[in-house]
Formats: sequence, structure tokens, C-alpha cells
Amino acid sequence: MLCDVTAPVADEASALMEICVAEAEKRNGRNTVNMQETFTVYLVETRPMDAVAEGRNPAPDSLWRRYSEFELLRNYLLVTYPYIVVPPLPEKRAEFVWHKLSADNMDPDFVERRRIGLENFLLRVASHPVLSNDKILHHFLTEEHGWKEVVYETGFQAKADSRLRALSATFRVRNPDKRFMEMKHYSDELQSHTSQLLRARVRVADRLYGVYKVHGNYGRVFSEWSAVEKEMGDGLQSAGHHMDAFAASIDDILEEEEHYADQLKEYLFYAEALRAVCRKHELTQFELEMASQDLVSKKQQHEEIATGIVRTFSFKGMTNKLFGQEAPEQREARLKLLEELIAEGEETVKEKTVECEEHVDRAWVDMQRFKEQKDKDLREALINYAVMQISMCKKVRSSRPALRRGPSDSSGRVIILSSF
Amino acid sequence: MSVTAQRCMASSGQKPIAEILHPLSGGGDEQQQQQQQQQLSVTVSVVVGGDKEASLTNGAPVETPSPASTSSLFNRLQLDDDPEADVRDPYTETAETRDLFVTVDDPKKHVSTMETYITYRVSTKTSRVEFDLPEYCVRRRYQDFDWLRMKLEDSQPTHLIPPLPEKFVMKGVVDRFSEEFVETRMKALDKFLKRVADHPVLSFNPHLNAFLTAKDLNKRQGLALLTKVGESVKHVAGGYKLRPRPAEFCAMGEYLDTFNQKLGTIDRIAQRILKEQSEYLTELREYGTVYSSWAASEEELRRPLEGVGGCVATCCGALDDLGDGMSQDFLPVLREYVLYVESMKNVLRKRDQSQAEYEGRLEAAILRKQEDRTPHLLDPPTPLAPLRRRTMLPERPCSRSCLCFSVDAGGGGEMPGQGGVFQRRPEGGLGALAEQQETGLQTASHRHGRQEHPPLRKVPSSVGVALNRPPGQTGRGQNARDELKHLIAA
Repeated sequence: MLCDVTAPVADEASALMEICVAEAEKRNGRNTVNMQETFTVYLVETRPMDAVAEGRNPAPDSLWRRYSEFELLRNYLLVTYPYIVVPPLPEKRAEFVWHKLSADNMDPDFVERRRIGLENFLLRVASHPVLSNDKILHHFLTEEHGWKEVVYETGFQAKADSRLRALSATFRVRNPDKRFMEMKHYSDELQSHTSQLLRARVRVADRLYGVYKVHGNYGRVFSEWSAVEKEMGDGLQSAGHHMDAFAASIDDILEEEEHYADQLKEYLFYAEALRAVCRKHELTQFELEMASQDLVSKKQQHEEIATGIVRTFSFKGMTNKLFGQEAPEQREARLKLLEELIAEGEETVKEKTVECEEHVDRAWVDMQRFKEQKDKDLREALINYAVMQISMCKKVRSSRPALRRGPSDSSGRVIILSSF
Repeated sequence: MSVTAQRCMASSGQKPIAEILHPLSGGGDEQQQQQQQQQLSVTVSVVVGGDKEASLTNGAPVETPSPASTSSLFNRLQLDDDPEADVRDPYTETAETRDLFVTVDDPKKHVSTMETYITYRVSTKTSRVEFDLPEYCVRRRYQDFDWLRMKLEDSQPTHLIPPLPEKFVMKGVVDRFSEEFVETRMKALDKFLKRVADHPVLSFNPHLNAFLTAKDLNKRQGLALLTKVGESVKHVAGGYKLRPRPAEFCAMGEYLDTFNQKLGTIDRIAQRILKEQSEYLTELREYGTVYSSWAASEEELRRPLEGVGGCVATCCGALDDLGDGMSQDFLPVLREYVLYVESMKNVLRKRDQSQAEYEGRLEAAILRKQEDRTPHLLDPPTPLAPLRRRTMLPERPCSRSCLCFSVDAGGGGEMPGQGGVFQRRPEGGLGALAEQQETGLQTASHRHGRQEHPPLRKVPSSVGVALNRPPGQTGRGQNARDELKHLIAA
């Protein structure tokens, strides 16, 4: 059995802890092939909830983890809880980058966004009704050294490989649960829409950046022009400054938008996790069907040998016809074997059936939970996005009236500047 | 009708000239109007936290995000109302004192055997005595406007005539009869005419009167062509040395160059912005549609997604308008002022020319005087006398006994006893040059082509001294002068 859920131990439950990823630092070390490398480590701080509730403020326990350790943890969870939509990690490499944004993993902005993403991951896992009780998770949060060994000891690695293979395999399932098929279809849609949105957003960001930067050119011209003007001079100067500020403001705007993009990305990756759960169902269902089919054919064989009636074409039947029937001892042996196999097969089918049903039940519950979470989170993300856009616009507009209320000067200037 | 400085203009009431604001200047009225504009600005900040109670700054509670409250949230965010305060007719401050109103509208296509062209209706409403009727309505085509402008330029060469829209359009590139082009051109013609009508000096020009009232403009195209030719002859045959400009004109010239250059740069930047903006718009539209298509596959999230998609679409519309506004309101203004700079440069060139001519003659005269010591004054009056008289340009009224009044030159147009050059009709031959020179000097102190009517009596001392000196034999320049006289006279 793949599921090896450890019994929840109250004082070890991660749900009762306050968790945060406080900092990030650069480290130098040697990697597996003994080459020097620079990597970033993140400080994971934990504090028991009850201590906080009681008003005590003990120093948090903390340890350093790097991204690859988070990955390890997640892979373990994926294998151990195939019926759970496991929260995703922030992206490994910077993707969906608009051109000015650095794709460098060492870039401080990227590191900062990753830190937030990792914290988000831990919080989601720790607040999950099932995942939060996992022992390995608890070790991850509390024991800096030796954690890796503990994980490997669970032997999840082997299961991880077969899982990956199964995910990409093609097989035909006869009777999949309709709901899961729909959910799988939905996960495909979610994936496609979020990635489309992210790509479109990048293109928009690129163009918007261009527009703002060209406005910056006005700044220079206005300043130069103001030098030869008398009454218009002041107005032009302030217009020039405004243009410079305007052009510079795009960096902040797009940085804010990155946060929105990160929220979308989370659900892009979540869609993958959702799809994996559906695929797992297909796999278990398929295995069940295979086992059932196998059992049926074995029973048939048994019947054939026992009764001598050949219902379907078989090689044995042919060879019997051609070369004569076999000896009764052989027949007995074969029957015996088959009976054993049938018994095993029935066991297998029972197990598979249970596995399948359990998976369906648990997965359905978690998928519902996921759906609710997704609706809530994305709605909030959209609202925040809209509010951010509005406040950005207001910022630009609020800096403009300074121009209009400047000293009186020629109408030409007014016409020109009011067009911005 | 002669144009003089002492006249009080009906449209300006009893205000002295110096206090009348030129239509092109800003003026205090504008600031007043700005202050009067009420700007609605309701600043609302909405705090939407995860589980925090969201509330508006005015204390009204907002429910935590639920399908109903999402839209109410947006409804409660009010943006500043953008008053269209500043984009208005800059001439309204003179509205109370205006008595000449002109409009150009109603374009119509005319097809004849020879050509196809567009005419515009020019409507006039006035209470001025110079006009026979209070209202007029005529049809004019671009050529007529061009004729008017030429006439204004010739009759008042020191004044800055507002520019016309471009005359020639590349046949292949722009469709002369497309609605957009005709619309743009008509607006520019309307602006041109309004500027002329509001000009304290130009609006009293008889040619404007004719333009506004005559059923059929007898444009005398032939002569117009000749004038144009004459001008170019003037430039080519001038052959004068490039004289150094007085400081004010130098500064003016430099300013014009800088101004022109800056306008050009701004125009280029604006074009670039338009281009970038349109590309941005394309991407934004695409972005909006992604939201809509995602909404189709969602249930709970459908409304917020469609909401965002709708907002993006609205932004696209607004951006479109912004682009249109820029190309229709902003860019033409820039181009107009580039044309203005051209006009100003022309005026400066003319000034340069007359300075060169004058100084050239002066040098020649001095040379002659040195060569020839015989006093000419004892000779009987030669046929050249009328000419000589004309070159004497005193800065104060001549006395009755002065020689210059003794002979009334045919076509010279001098009114005896009223002072020298200033009463002369602007179309007088060489007088024009002198007046030009002096008024040109006066206008130098005003930048941006603002033409306050010059107090014509003041003449800088350097010129005055030169003028006072009786010129020597000027016979050599006679032919050139005659030519000029014929060419300039309308």
C-alpha cells in the first residue's frame, strides 16, 4: 500500500505551529560532483501556537533550508498522499519574464519573491487537514541535520520514479469515475487559461514599459525648452520633472504586478497537482480493471481445464487437439496452480478495489476543498489586482494637477499638457 | 480704409492699445477660470485583507468578498471627475469685447469639368461699421484662404499672419477628399480665420473684409503669381551681403531656431508614443479576451473574471480615445506652431533684407558723396527728385517748408502735414520698406510672435541718425527701387 499515514500526534502536529520563512542568505558549498557552487538558503522559523496564545513570546526555533530540500519534501508528499492536491512550490526558474525583469536566480527581487512563495507553501501544507500531520513535515520544520536521511529511509524514492512513469503513460481506462474525468478536463482548462493569462500579461507589461519610457524623452526636451522660455519656463520645467517621474514609475508598477502574477502562477502549478490526482485515479482504476480481467481469464482457464470445455480459442486447446491431451497429473498440477493464482487474484482485486475506492473518496474530498480554496484565493487576487490598478492610476493623476495650477501662461501649454 | 495706430478699435472699447491682450496670450482670465473649475475628487481607499473587515474610509462597512459585494466594492470606488477645464477655446476671454465672429463649416465637394475641389461655408456676424450688413454667408475654397493670407502678408509684412494648414498633399499618401482630411483642414481654416478676425490690426484689413463679404472674389490670380515671382526675384537678385543683425533680432532668431527644434523633437516623440501606445493597445485587447474565455470554464469565479475582462476592455476604449485626442488635438497644435515659426522667420528675413538694402544704399551714398564734392542741391530738380524725396525718412513730422512736401508724387500717397512715413498707406513703395524696418524693430522686443501694435513713433537712435542724414546721390538704386515698388504694390 502506498498510503502510509502516520497517526497524528498532537504535539507534533505542524498545524499547531506558527511558521514563517524569515530570511534568505547566500552560501557557498560543494555540490554532489564536488564543484563549488553558490546557493541561497532560507531561514525557517517555527513557534508553538499555544505559546503565542498564552502571551509568552519564546524565541522561535529556526533552521536553514535550501530550495532543493523543499523540493524533496514536496516529492515525498506527492508520493505519500496521491489523493491530495499538494500545494506547489514557487517556480524553480524565473519564467514568464517581461524583458527588463531579471531571469537570474540570484537576483534579489527573485529571491525575495521565492522566499514569499516558500513561506506560502509551508503555510498551506501546515494548514492542510491531512498533510499537517505528517511526521516528515514535522522533521523538516524542526530538525536541521539528518532530515534528508530520514526522508530517504521511507523509501519513497522508488515509488516516486514509478509515479512519474505512470503519470506520463497512456492507457485506456474502461470505467473511470465521471467526476474525475471532468475534474481532469477542468485542470487542463485551468492550466491553459492561467498560462495564457501569464503570457499575455508579460506582453502587455513589455509594451507598457515602452510607452512609459518614451514619455521620459519628453522630460529632457521640456527641460531644454524651458531654458529659452520666460513665462512658460516654470510650467515646462515642472512638466519635464513630471515626465521623468512618470517614466520612472513604471518599475514600481510592474513590480507590484509581479505579486499578482505569482498568485496566478501558484494556481498554474496547482492545476498540475490536481491533474496528477485525477491521473492517479485513472491509474488505480486501470490496475483494478487489469486485475479483474486477469482474474476472469484465470477462472476461465481453470474452468476449461476442469471441464474440458473449450469456450474460447486457446493455444492449449489447439495443442491438445494436435498433440493429444495431456496427462491427468499435469492437469491436476495446472489446476492447483491456477487455483492458487485465482486466490491471489481475488485478493489483488479486493485490494485494488479498496485502493481505488479509498482514493476516490479521499481525493473527492480534497478536490472539493481545493475548489473552495481556489475560488476564494483567485477572487481575492483579482480584487487586489483591480484595486492596485486603481491606486496606481490615482497616483499618476494626483501628480498632474500640479501642472494645471501653475502660474498663468500661454494657452498653448495648457492644450499640450492637458492631453496627457 | 487705412490702418493706423491712433484709432480706437470698436472691439476693444476704450482701453488703450497697450492694455489689450492679444488673443494668443494667456492672460489673467484663464487663471480665473481655472480656479472656478470645481474638481470632484473623492479619494476612497479600500482595504481588502484576507479576513479583515474591509471598510471604506468614510466608515461604511464592506462585506468580505462575496459575489454580491464584489461589484458593490467597485461601485464605491469613485475616481476624480476630470473636468474638461483646460481644453477650451483660448479666445473666450475676449468674447465680451468681440464684435466680429467668423465660422468655417459645412464642407461640400464641387465637381467641374476642370477640377474637383471642396468649398467651405464662411459665416460672419458683426456689428462693425466697416461691414455693410450684420451677417454674411459665403462659400470659399482653400485657394481663397491662401489668397487672403498672401494679401495679408503683403499688406502687413511686419505682422505675423497665422499659418494655414499645409497646401499640398501627396496624392498617393493622403486622400484629399477623405472625411478625416477635410475635417482636419476645415478646423485649421476655422482657427486661421478666427485668429485673423480677433487680431486687432489684421481684422481691419480690407482684404479680410472682401474675403468675408464678396460674392465672388476677384482674386486677380495673375498679379498674385507675379508677386510671388517678384519676391523670389527679390531674394535672388538681392545679392546683398549678410549683415549682422542687431542683438534683439539675433536673440529672436536663435529663439526661433531652438523653439522650432524643440517642437520638432516633441512631434517625433509624440509620434513614437502613439505608435507604442497602439501596440500596447493591441496586446491589452488580447489580454482582456483571455479573462473572458477563462470565465467561461469557471462557476464561482465567473463574475470576477468577467469583471476584470470588462474593465480591461473599458481601458482599451479609453486608450483609443487618448490616442485619437493626441493625434487630433495635440499634434496639429504643434504643427501649427512650426508653421508659425516659418512665418516669423520670413518676417525676420524681410527685415534682414531691408536692413541690408538700407545699409547698402547708405554705403553707396557715402562713397558717392566722397567722390563727388559738387553740391547737388543747386541743380535744377531732376526727374529723380520725387525718388529722392521718398528716400528721406524723417522721424518727426516735416515742417511745411520742407522740400518733401513740395511735390505730390503720383501714387506716393503722402498726406501733407501729417508727418512723414507713418501716415503712408502700407502699400506705398519704399515707404513700406522703412515702415517695415521700424515696426520690425519694435516687434523685436516681443517674443513668440506676439504682436502688440507697435508705438510707431519711437525709433531707435541709431536708425534715426542714419535717417536724418540727407542721403547722397541715390540714382544708382533707382531702377531696383522702381521694380520693387511695382512688385510690392497690389
